[in-house]
Amino acid sequence: MAGLHKSEIENPVLNWIDTRLPVITMMQKEYGVFPTPRNFNYLWNFGALAMVVLMIMIASGILLAMHYTPEKTMAFDSVEAIMRDVNFGWLLRYGHANGASMFFIVVYIHIFRGLYYGSYKAPRELLWMLGVVIMLLMMATAFMGYVLPWGQMSFWGATVITNLFSAFPLVGEHIVTWLWGGFSVDNPTLNRFFALHYLLPFVLIGVIFLHVAALHITGSNNPLGIDPKGPQDTLPFHPYYTIKDSVGICVFLIVYAAVVFFAPNLFGEPDNYIPANPLATPAEIVPEWYFLPFYAILRSVPDKLGGVLMMFGSIIVLFVLPWLDTSPVRSARFRPVYRVFFWLQLLACIVLGMVGAHRPEGIWVILGRVSTAWYFLHFLVILPLLGKLERPLPLPESISRAVLRGGGGGPLPGGATAKPMEKV
Amino acid sequence: MSVTAHAPGHASGHEPGHDAGKRDFLKLVAAAGAAVGVGAIVWPMIDSMNPSADVLALGSVEVDLAPVPVGQAITVVWRGKPMFIRHRSPEEIKAAQDVKLSQLTDPQTDAERVKAGHEQWLVVIGICTHLGCIPLGNKPTDPRGEYGGWFCPCHGSQYDTSGRVRHGPAPLNLALAPYEFTSDTKIKIG
Repeated sequence: MAGLHKSEIENPVLNWIDTRLPVITMMQKEYGVFPTPRNFNYLWNFGALAMVVLMIMIASGILLAMHYTPEKTMAFDSVEAIMRDVNFGWLLRYGHANGASMFFIVVYIHIFRGLYYGSYKAPRELLWMLGVVIMLLMMATAFMGYVLPWGQMSFWGATVITNLFSAFPLVGEHIVTWLWGGFSVDNPTLNRFFALHYLLPFVLIGVIFLHVAALHITGSNNPLGIDPKGPQDTLPFHPYYTIKDSVGICVFLIVYAAVVFFAPNLFGEPDNYIPANPLATPAEIVPEWYFLPFYAILRSVPDKLGGVLMMFGSIIVLFVLPWLDTSPVRSARFRPVYRVFFWLQLLACIVLGMVGAHRPEGIWVILGRVSTAWYFLHFLVILPLLGKLERPLPLPESISRAVLRGGGGGPLPGGATAKPMEKV
Repeated sequence: MSVTAHAPGHASGHEPGHDAGKRDFLKLVAAAGAAVGVGAIVWPMIDSMNPSADVLALGSVEVDLAPVPVGQAITVVWRGKPMFIRHRSPEEIKAAQDVKLSQLTDPQTDAERVKAGHEQWLVVIGICTHLGCIPLGNKPTDPRGEYGGWFCPCHGSQYDTSGRVRHGPAPLNLALAPYEFTSDTKIKIG
């Protein structure tokens, strides 16, 4: 294994580095000439977008931490000082708070893209499972971040979520006391949440590295869900997908900036501008929008432990999804029945989100229960059966066949079709 | 980069120079646009680490000099730094005024270091110009060095009754801060 790398970089300084630590060769291989399916649509932008948001979150978060005080009598005021006194503090805080929402929008689209095109199927099971770990870490990080401003919603959100663990028999109370570091959500809780909120993003980076490493072993899935059969089916990542990702990033940043500058409190709760009061729960207590579907599942089950288990189960079930879906066909394009169920499942998730935002009264109770049942039915019953019962459409012979036969008519002009073959 | 040169736009039959010029232009515009965008977001991030409004609001303090007897000094805090305010005796003022500029490391007359008409009051920043220690000499029990001003315990720099460095590694006189007399016995620093 040991031995210098034979670098082909011409620049002598870069060559010297690359010979000893071939990072430049690696970047060339993984992001320069990396053979990528030629038929990506814009839904394949969202991995790169998530990466961009994470970088923005870490940069703004580190700067916010320089002005924030994790102490219960000072936390709320320090956040207000960030808003009023710190240069561009409002931009950092609004950018960070809305960045969390943007992160979840991007990641949820990324996940549903994977569901639609069967990206979780062999050989990408581990890649998918790492993705679920990333989502769990994101949820934990976002939850603890929401506690830090120490407003009413922060405090009562922390109280409710940590109390979920009290549902477990025997050990529940002890777990909650341990989480709190006391007998209620208090200063020790705030302190440890701050420490963990700072730590977890870096754990996130580690898992994302594994997620990307696994992706570069299996290669990307694509809208057709069939494997590239040769160089005619792929394009070098640069410049084709660096440019395509850049277009997506520009559009994303426009949307993000529009929210930060024109509707910074769109996703927020007004009650969180009231300092935390351990003696009075707000009249309407709801989690951040990205937790609403899970919150709805929790409330739909008329049993404390059952609700908690179902809520955690709704994410745990994703870990075994690659084995629940028995169909060998990946893309929903060729699965006419699955396609219908995909949209129904998306609808169920949206309805659950709406249920979570309303008081559990009247129609919302029924909708919540039906959607919760459907959510699990889809994964646990429909998908295993569908793989056996559904008759998929015929798959195209290869990506290039399908692409070139489609719109535009005939081969593309110039070297577009020929060049990549010569390159690789 | 080499891949770009082989991109589809570069088809045979076109003038290569013409096409390459357009491509370079597009690259430059894209890179410049990205640089402006990154700069626009990086500046607020850097600026957020500059003193915030509440820190700047502490930029001035008012001091009542009436309780300070002749020969004594007080220390007040201005922008987190110690300010030495010394009520000099006539002998100390004379000693400071009589020094020849040629004897000084950092030549400065006493008149340049005090306000005309208030020569008895010396107001300096109490931080040794060598490596930032706080010199001794404000308390009557402190050593004041050979020149009757201040003595820095860290590396032995000595300052005279005008706060000018007279001995030791310090390169400059004790720094002055902007201040003004709001009345005969009150000053506003900053």
